[in-house]
Amino acid sequence: MLMLEKRPNPSRGWTIATPLLAVLLTMLFGGILFAALGKNPFETIRSIFFDPLFSEFAFYYRPQLLIKGAPLVLIAIGLSFGFRAGVWNIGAEGQYIMGALFGAGVGLAFYPMESWIVFPLMVIAGAVGGTLWAMIPGVLKVKFGTNEILVSLMLVYVAEQLLASMALGAMRNPEGMGFPGSRNLAQYPSAANLEIISGSGMHWGVVAAFIAVIFAYITLSRHIFGFQVRLSGLSPRAAAFAGVNPARLVLVCLGISGALAGLAGMFEVAGPAGQVSIDFNVGYGFTAIIVAFLGRLHPVGILLAGGLMALTYIGGEIAQSNLGLPGAAIQLLQGMLLFFLLAVDVLTNYRIRLRIMEQT
Amino acid sequence: MSLLTIESLTKAYPGVIANRDVSLEIRVGEIHALLGENGAGKSTLVKAIYGLVKPDSGKMFLNGSSFAPPDPRAARAAGVAMVFQHFSLFDALTVAENISLGLENPPPQSEVAASVRRVSEQYGLPLDPDRTVGDLSAGERQRVEIIRCLLQDPKLLIMDEPTSVLTPQEVGILFETLRKLRSEGTSILYISHKLEEIRALCDVATVLRLGQVVGTCDPRLTSARDMAELMVGSALHVPQKTDKPLGQVTLSVKGLTAPAPHQFGTPLKNISFDVQVGEVLGIGGVAGNGQDELVAALSGEMKVAPHMVTLFGKPIGNLNPNARRALGLCAAPEERNGHAAAPDMSLIENALLTGATRKHLTHRGFLQWDKARDFAEAIITAFDVRAPSATSAARSLSGGNLQKFVIGREIMQAPDVLVINQPTWGVDASAAASIRQAILNLATEGAAVIVISQDLDELMEISDKFAALNDGRLSQLRPAAGLTIEDIGLMLGGAHDMEVAHVDA
Repeated sequence: MLMLEKRPNPSRGWTIATPLLAVLLTMLFGGILFAALGKNPFETIRSIFFDPLFSEFAFYYRPQLLIKGAPLVLIAIGLSFGFRAGVWNIGAEGQYIMGALFGAGVGLAFYPMESWIVFPLMVIAGAVGGTLWAMIPGVLKVKFGTNEILVSLMLVYVAEQLLASMALGAMRNPEGMGFPGSRNLAQYPSAANLEIISGSGMHWGVVAAFIAVIFAYITLSRHIFGFQVRLSGLSPRAAAFAGVNPARLVLVCLGISGALAGLAGMFEVAGPAGQVSIDFNVGYGFTAIIVAFLGRLHPVGILLAGGLMALTYIGGEIAQSNLGLPGAAIQLLQGMLLFFLLAVDVLTNYRIRLRIMEQT
Repeated sequence: MSLLTIESLTKAYPGVIANRDVSLEIRVGEIHALLGENGAGKSTLVKAIYGLVKPDSGKMFLNGSSFAPPDPRAARAAGVAMVFQHFSLFDALTVAENISLGLENPPPQSEVAASVRRVSEQYGLPLDPDRTVGDLSAGERQRVEIIRCLLQDPKLLIMDEPTSVLTPQEVGILFETLRKLRSEGTSILYISHKLEEIRALCDVATVLRLGQVVGTCDPRLTSARDMAELMVGSALHVPQKTDKPLGQVTLSVKGLTAPAPHQFGTPLKNISFDVQVGEVLGIGGVAGNGQDELVAALSGEMKVAPHMVTLFGKPIGNLNPNARRALGLCAAPEERNGHAAAPDMSLIENALLTGATRKHLTHRGFLQWDKARDFAEAIITAFDVRAPSATSAARSLSGGNLQKFVIGREIMQAPDVLVINQPTWGVDASAAASIRQAILNLATEGAAVIVISQDLDELMEISDKFAALNDGRLSQLRPAAGLTIEDIGLMLGGAHDMEVAHVDA
């Protein structure tokens, strides 16, 4: 009989090994799934995990990795603070939309004035939009004890409706022949979030993601706030004893995740997406939850996990177009990754022992 | 006649042998004491008897036939019942519902209620089956557990530290019940480290040390001191109290009143007291009479009106814990794991948990890990905390060692007032002695110490003044010298309407 035995100290080796093991298991079971769909499993796994980086068209895919990865990392870093403290913001997707709307709103308001001040103002507006949207579940939780999971999630759908109304109404391009969608911000130099090095995919959102990783790393390991965040997640009563104000912690954690999700939305709308449109959001806010956990809520882990998840997105598109793999199979693969990670995670705190039952 | 025989039982965990070649014989109708410090292997041994742990080697015989219960259900079917130190009851359910949940094939509620009434009357353990468990005192909850066991008609009843939650009067009643069970032929395995109780109740005592049986004695004929030394393996250090003049009033509590913080909490009712420099104030009381709430109101986890708590004349009732620490008031709550310390964090991080303010372990909000490590290592050295290193997770320490760390952490911050809830709860005898000595030293050095405890012997040993907490009210402070155990029992609220078992039944 297999027994789980709690380790006195969490295993350092397994902390690093479990994500790798989860990826390998995902490849294995993903391969079985693809084989069942009638595809060659080796070819499919190769086009998802290796082609974006090493195929002859990799020069096209590599910049995509940064463009897809940056919003995931930025949002996941913000979420990791709350998740560590036991504050469950599931509505980053909505905060991402609101950041984009606020940022684009400021940009569009200045159109066609050219000034260096426009882009910084849009950055601030994006962060403010995301923060305000995250403060709704925060204040409701602190004042009335509502569940932040439900409120933040439901606000995603409110934000989506607001996005549609903006794309069709207030923010619609007056010169757009009546088509839905705003002016293209990428074609408005003062507001455009352009590549810093042409062809690299490196736009300001990527820079912000790297800054966020460093900021989070220092905060969590060196600052009293990071300590309070970790303590609140591990032992809420000990946190209260250590003098942590739980209400303030909830608001600050939601604020950080809202601000970073809003920034991600703003960088996306001013750069890769270019305009406010009905189908602007593509689920980064939800995928970032997987990224946060895949990265073990650790800033460096999230950076790697964001890259891996971006890889499966791009590789998934390659597999879809080249091999005719259904899109749902890619989502299944991403879900599998989180599933296996959580499953093997148990090895960090427990060891498996084989126990032979004697007959009595 | 032998009921349970254990022959050279051995059980090893990774890195530690919990039981080595333990042999034991419990006869029919005998109260058998199992004595030992924390970590001596008492729990592992009774878990093996109760089917929670499978021994690596060794044999057990119950009534002459081989006995190796694969799980507690099998042990209960064979007639072994156990009352745990920590109750497993649902606060929101009634007594009868809780008891049904513990039975294999529960009969209808009305029948359970009837048998609860019958058993409780027969053994002098009055209990209303329709009451909600959340409203019961700790002693009454223990009765629920005992009655749940008695309904199974056990041949062997295992009791783990049963008196830690009882008033002296309640202890007397429990002992009458146990003696009555013995007279009916039930054997009892009684686990405790309270030597006087064992001397008063038990027929045989087996002493464990470091997983091995180091001796068997007749506790009625052996002195408590001899048993303690057998248990510890060396001469026991008794804390020394030095006479000293008391100084100015440091902490003053006036009319402290607060609502219960949660549904099954206790409201505090008009509590007033002063403590002086150099004084140890002992506050006794049965668990659940407002101890946690009083500590929270003093530590700052529960805020009250400013003037209700004053430190050196400054109102602090509305300050948070760190502001109070900065002014010189430190606290150590009862629950080590998850309240006083975070079990999944290292000792360095746990040193930081309360030490950040007074030991200046942060600089402009940034943590100074070097200083935190030094502080943690200083605590480990000064208080003889047995831990592989300061980076070990708190959960990897034994209860006694973690408690020494927690108490040490507060004492080494040199507070003016220290509030400690249950300083030696679940701590072995030698660790308890060193913790008590550290408390006395702190008071000698000019701090005021408030010790809240359910261990009355401990309070009598270290307190200058004594008061009792009962239903959220605090009695008058009385000098500890000269108080008898009967006086204290009455201050604690007597026996909570219990009656002595009808031994004739």
